[in-house]
Amino acid sequence: MNPQTIRSWYLVHKWTSLICTTFLLLLCVTGLPLIFYHEIDHLIGNSVDPPEMPGVTARANLDDIVNVAQARRPNEAVQFLFSDEDEPHAWWVRFGETVTSQETSTLSMFDARTGKFIYDYPVNEGIMPILWRLHVDMFAGLLGTLFLGAMGLLFLAAIISGIVLYAPFMRKLPFGSIRWERSRRTRWLDLHNLLGIVTVVWALVVGATGSINTLANPIFQQWQATELASMLAPYQGQVSSADSGTVEGVVKAAKAAEPDGELFFLAFPGNRFAGPQHYTAFMRGKTPLTSKLLKPVLIQATTAQVVDSRELPWYVTVLLLSQPLHFGDYGGLPLKLIWAFLDIITIIVLGSGLYLWKKKSAVSIEDQALAAVEQEDTFVLSPSSRKSSV
Amino acid sequence: MSGALNHRQIWRMPLILAFVSIVGLLAALLGNNWWDVLSWGTLGYTMAVMLWYVLKPTL
Repeated sequence: MNPQTIRSWYLVHKWTSLICTTFLLLLCVTGLPLIFYHEIDHLIGNSVDPPEMPGVTARANLDDIVNVAQARRPNEAVQFLFSDEDEPHAWWVRFGETVTSQETSTLSMFDARTGKFIYDYPVNEGIMPILWRLHVDMFAGLLGTLFLGAMGLLFLAAIISGIVLYAPFMRKLPFGSIRWERSRRTRWLDLHNLLGIVTVVWALVVGATGSINTLANPIFQQWQATELASMLAPYQGQVSSADSGTVEGVVKAAKAAEPDGELFFLAFPGNRFAGPQHYTAFMRGKTPLTSKLLKPVLIQATTAQVVDSRELPWYVTVLLLSQPLHFGDYGGLPLKLIWAFLDIITIIVLGSGLYLWKKKSAVSIEDQALAAVEQEDTFVLSPSSRKSSV
Repeated sequence: MSGALNHRQIWRMPLILAFVSIVGLLAALLGNNWWDVLSWGTLGYTMAVMLWYVLKPTL
């Protein structure tokens, strides 16, 4: 690379980093406790486990659960019934003010074996939902989310330009060199380069999947406006009948249609994930990979007949696979601890980058780059080495 | 002045670490049990590499 090329990449690295660093620090700091959302909930008593009942394999009738849930909250609408992979003995019922409202009004847990009500999850209480909002949209709605997605893209550009700059800076240094005897700035430069290059794949993956996750709402809206709408088109204009369907029958029909799957969540009629007179059962697979993927099954409410079932389009699948890769929740507690460690390393890389920029070197970057090229005694720009640097 | 390193020397470790990281990120997604352990081991290795070079002078 000639000095001009190095300078250009340096400018890309500097400006993309400068713009996104503040927000990336916010994301890394709020993201750290969010990795352990589940564990923290348990610790502070927000979670209640269903009682131990060894040997009990009975499953409660889902209609009983939904009826009890509705009777407890007569002024709210049941939107979803869903399961939790980590809690096979529980069903969750999610309520909204209306069946279509975006916000959760109540989240009730039921014992999947006895059908007994267990507890209402404290929605929007404590500090975790605040950290979550800061991480997801900075309390600025969809615009805030999309803005953070754009910051994620700048972060990716900063990482890629950082990879390009790694070679000229490491031309004279064996891997992992930290020049402890030199100035503080040099030490931090070496640390920045070492920690940055070792965590580069993780940072790229978490950054890219985070940016994809910011598109979750538009992605589901796209699916609703195209795929779901076309599944529902034949039934448009049918008169809505009273809710005479049975949830138990609907879920049985969905399981019969997808014998290799299990119910992840059931969207109730009128919900934006379902039709005016249809339930949508989102079935997930039972293997580690397919359990992250979903297949929607459309079921007529009154007859409990499956009327349609289609694979989700590629863009929803990409979103569904981006979620575990961003959250780090797919390999037990050890993987979460690794996520936390790498998150802290990323904070150090971001912080040291900021420090290196503020503590400008006495030697300008152009001169450093020039010096690197002038010292190119044994370094020959052969075609092969040039190729591998791009 | 010591001799400059060629691209092979510069990129050897970063490429090994990138490969190891990719295996680690995918393993736990593709399977359970031993696949999870593979994930912890490979990603743990990248953490150990950082700690090794940072803590080397104190060891």
